[in-house]
Amino acid sequence: MNIIVIAKMVPDLVEELVVDPGGKGLDLDWIRWKPNEFDDHAIEQAILIKERQGAQVTVVIPNMDGAEDALYAAAAKGADRLVKLRGEFTGSANNHALARALGKYLPELQPDLLLTGVQAHNDLDGSLGPLLAEFMGLPYVGYVAGFNLQGGKAIVRKEHPGGVVAEMEISLPAVLGIQAAEQAPRYVAFSRIRQAMKTTAIEEHEIPHLDISGAAEVSLMKQVESGERAEMFAGDADHVADRIVAVLRELGIL
Amino acid sequence: MPIRETFWNIPHWAEIGQYLLGVLAVLIFAWGMVRRWRRWRQGTAEQRFDRLGSRLAGFVVHAVGQARTAREPFAGIMHLTIFWGMVALFVGTALATIDWDVTRLFFDFQFLKGGVYVIYELILDVFGVFLVIGLAMAVYRRYLSRPGRLGNLPKNNLAWDDAYVLGMLVLLAVSGYLVEGLRIAVTKPDWAAWSPVGNAIASIFLALGDATNRGLHLAIWTGHALVAFVAIASIPFTKFAHAITVPVNIFFRNLKPAGSLAPARYHSGPGVEEWRQFSWKQILDFDACTRCGRCQDSCPAYAAGLGLSPRDLMIKLGAHVWSGKNGAGLHGRVVSDNELWACTTCRACANVCPAFIDHVGTIVDMRRYLVDQGRMDGTLQETLANLMRYGNSFGQSERMRARWMQTLESKIKDARREPVEYLWFVGDFASYHASLSETTRRTAQLFQAAELDFGILYEAERNAGNDLRRVGEEGLYEMLVEKNAAILSRCEYQAIVTTDPHTYNTLKHEYPEEINGRPVLHHAELLADLIATRRLKLSRKLAYAVTYQDPCYLGRYNGIYDAPRRVISATGCKLIEMPRHGDRALCCGAGGGRIWMEEGQVKERPSERRIRDAAELKDVLALVVACPKDVTMYKDAVKTTGYEGRIVVKDLVDLVYEAL
Amino acid sequence: MNRDIFVIIEHLGGEVADISYVMLAAAREIATALQGEVVGILLGEGIENLGQNLAADMVWLFDDPRLADYSPTTYLHILGELIQQHVPRTVIFGDTSTGAEVAAGLSARLDLPMVSACHRVTVGDQSLGYESRICGGRIQVQGELPSPTALIAMVPGGYNPDSGRSAAPPPSEMLAVPRLEEQPIHLLSYIQPETGDVDISRAEVLVAVGRGIQNQDNLEIVEELAEALGGDVCASRPVVDQGWLPVSRLVGKSGRRVRPKIYLALGISGAPEHVEAIGDSQVIVAVNTDPEAPIFNLAQFGTTSDLFDLVPVLTDHIRQARSERVA
Repeated sequence: MNIIVIAKMVPDLVEELVVDPGGKGLDLDWIRWKPNEFDDHAIEQAILIKERQGAQVTVVIPNMDGAEDALYAAAAKGADRLVKLRGEFTGSANNHALARALGKYLPELQPDLLLTGVQAHNDLDGSLGPLLAEFMGLPYVGYVAGFNLQGGKAIVRKEHPGGVVAEMEISLPAVLGIQAAEQAPRYVAFSRIRQAMKTTAIEEHEIPHLDISGAAEVSLMKQVESGERAEMFAGDADHVADRIVAVLRELGIL
Repeated sequence: MPIRETFWNIPHWAEIGQYLLGVLAVLIFAWGMVRRWRRWRQGTAEQRFDRLGSRLAGFVVHAVGQARTAREPFAGIMHLTIFWGMVALFVGTALATIDWDVTRLFFDFQFLKGGVYVIYELILDVFGVFLVIGLAMAVYRRYLSRPGRLGNLPKNNLAWDDAYVLGMLVLLAVSGYLVEGLRIAVTKPDWAAWSPVGNAIASIFLALGDATNRGLHLAIWTGHALVAFVAIASIPFTKFAHAITVPVNIFFRNLKPAGSLAPARYHSGPGVEEWRQFSWKQILDFDACTRCGRCQDSCPAYAAGLGLSPRDLMIKLGAHVWSGKNGAGLHGRVVSDNELWACTTCRACANVCPAFIDHVGTIVDMRRYLVDQGRMDGTLQETLANLMRYGNSFGQSERMRARWMQTLESKIKDARREPVEYLWFVGDFASYHASLSETTRRTAQLFQAAELDFGILYEAERNAGNDLRRVGEEGLYEMLVEKNAAILSRCEYQAIVTTDPHTYNTLKHEYPEEINGRPVLHHAELLADLIATRRLKLSRKLAYAVTYQDPCYLGRYNGIYDAPRRVISATGCKLIEMPRHGDRALCCGAGGGRIWMEEGQVKERPSERRIRDAAELKDVLALVVACPKDVTMYKDAVKTTGYEGRIVVKDLVDLVYEAL
Repeated sequence: MNRDIFVIIEHLGGEVADISYVMLAAAREIATALQGEVVGILLGEGIENLGQNLAADMVWLFDDPRLADYSPTTYLHILGELIQQHVPRTVIFGDTSTGAEVAAGLSARLDLPMVSACHRVTVGDQSLGYESRICGGRIQVQGELPSPTALIAMVPGGYNPDSGRSAAPPPSEMLAVPRLEEQPIHLLSYIQPETGDVDISRAEVLVAVGRGIQNQDNLEIVEELAEALGGDVCASRPVVDQGWLPVSRLVGKSGRRVRPKIYLALGISGAPEHVEAIGDSQVIVAVNTDPEAPIFNLAQFGTTSDLFDLVPVLTDHIRQARSERVA
């Protein structure tokens, strides 16, 4: 079984996000990139499948800051093949552009199963998975938290709001949007990542042109205004507790 | 003239037979020791043949003098009397044999005669009494008073081993005295009074008549000889082995600073998965354990009910090394993951071990394997991921590292841009923990008040890695050291100062030479010095009573006990010590990465135990600490024990600030 | 130019999901400005009655046994043909486990522009706009929704769902289901969430914990607080992922939506998937040491006090207040 995981880097919310002077995008100088959390789950799910029934796992990441580290970490977990997409991904590139480019490239790799995170916090034009599935002419199911292989078909557990889970059967090849791997992504020791750097090569694939059409245009980007923010209680714990008790009284709870 | 007739009443066949048996016993003993030695040699290499002079000195103090054993009165007297009794009697027996069958036989010369001989007899009788007293204490302790630490053996057959050793020694002592008494009863020498015990026994047997006594003498002598030779032959196979393994272990003990952990050894991965990956010295450790349980009594994890007993760990590893099925991995079979994670690396165990076993090094080596396998709880995993990504355990941006400074009036020098005398390595807790920022600001204010030329690294500082290393993440530790070392090597400074004992320890003992070649100071040392030289003038005299918690990595690891106490007395506070203080101080429970892990099922948190210790001291109003982690641990513990209002937790800095 | 707004109504287990009313409220705003009509579109089996309280001008029903359960490929096929045939001005989906993937799939299939995480729509003279919140709710993005047809995936929070409800049932029309080829996706079964635990979606007082709680043992103080308040403890995703609380206590997109009188959020940063499920709370009080945490954008009251300092004190104060009342 040939599994391809598509991951991407997203801005780390630990850092303050600053809008660039043009007002239409984030200031890239301030951004620390980190792997999309859901993509980590997708990688973990792929490795779990490989460990359970054997598979070749390829991880594909657009070339952004930290992409190589993420690839090596994936190799340390057990990914067999690492591919870095070369191209201009940090600026105005969107999921439509990425999905379109991948839709042309990925068939070369002859995947049986494509996994990606169900969403990323900076998705503005829909998430990558369903776009990619459509460009490749494959079926897609998102919000997947559980995977099994049965008679050449995938049995997945799709999570709906309210905790209802739908068990679905999908013919392969297909694209799945992973909400959560069956177990939390594993820790890889730093020495293993260093080892992977020495033993695993990163292949590169050139994406010469990114076609960003299909997304609504951005005319203005701004930090969410502080005017809409909560009334803050300051002071020591006693004082804050008093204020909260007052709120509770007003609501008639106390 | 008094003279020793060693083989009185012993027929020639018995004398010859004795030598044959003796040779056999020694052969079995030698074979057994070679077998042990071979097992140690299956471990990996470790350099322990350096500094032979210091090794010998330690051997004299701790193997011959048994200074550590003596720190506990009852067990100390018990062991020292047995030890010296056995040494004297063994030497005495050897001398008698040499006197009779070597010097007399070949050179027709006896040295055990006249005055020398009667003194010899007296000395042996007295040491025999020591031995009997020691054995009586041992029997009382093991079978009547039964302290907890001697119980709950993980291997039941070890109780038989304990009984065997004690039983053989009792048999030896009793039969030895009987042989002497019967000999005196028959020969009635003039100098019998010089063997007071033997003489007293003789008086009981007199009535039986010479013939009976001669028969009895021969029978008991034979029994005594048999017990002795069986005992000698059994040394390598029983608890008797400690008489050899412990002195050897003491000789080869670690002479490096306690705070300098041995680097990870790499096999298929880092750390130890199966026993042959331990160093020969670690395997010797397991063989040297006498199961005395002092480590268990001092272990905070054991007291908290977390399932770790350093004693049981050594017993299990020792038994595993010798078991038939020892090919497989240790984790999950011999040692549980929880047991390994429970350790706070406080080193209370190693500090009290009379055999100088290094429990912590062994635990960390096995943790290294767990980390390599990703086997750890979710909280720890997240912390390690944070350290990898952000260089701090809080998972915050490095840009927030100096945020505590915002409300500070005067700026702090950026040590990356200008030379400073003291480079203040602030550390994660003091930098990021919300409830510590006030204390961190006060530290800066104290330094400013003393007109200290100091600076910090701002966002370039990374977690120093002390506890990360002890969690077992060696690769990540090395990465953080590289980053810190790279920035430090570009700074101009005379000394490093930090408020965190953990940071202090690794910077001082584990960082590359170019960094730790310069003085690394804990703020307790620096404050004591600033106060002594009147650079920091304290104008207020605080008149209340406090007690002080020795941080593990400041006290036990680095021997700094006086400096913080000098600072406390300079503030005018009256210091009242808790019963366990100094090198016996109880750990707060946070070290070795424990603060990053899920707590598990605890009976009583070490920090809560400690708050109770402090609150039990009359008049004491504050627990003074010298470690940022301590501040957070004990503040929580004050709340959970309900001692709010009774006792407060203060960092040394808060106390000095108050006295300014 | 077509002025109609299509709203793809979400439903599960025979109930219309709350997000559908939010979508209808947004659609109404556009329709009023453009003088167009709001068309609610329902796919399913035996769904006639589901359209009764939708504030739509018209409801179109695809009622067919083959649509009994949600399948992304079937939805794509039916809605794709429908949109191509009618060319509505916008099609509004929920940014949910079903709507998000259908919207994106249609955007690629029909080459129509789309926007996700849409919080509000705006109406100008000649143009339609969107406001989305991304990056954990920290960044607001605005832009135009181009003609002829734009697809929107909506999150709750921007509109009161009550304005999407109507007392009078709208007219409805049954549409014929187009020919469906053999589908690559089939539903096997539904697994209902474990019951027996408290139903947090009905609780009036909720104490919620997030990542800030650090470890399971710290839940104790939170449980004490909830007990003092006479409420229940619930949690955001990280806490449930760790297994510290059962999934029945999960509040968020993949958990429960809640509507308590008071929602006390402890150590919760306010990720969108959590925030969208608590928007109907009467009052939210947030406790988080990070003053930048997005939860403060939603909460009416907040504090940056350390929760470990605050919670025990708060519990005491509440107990005191209660005993004073009794006295």
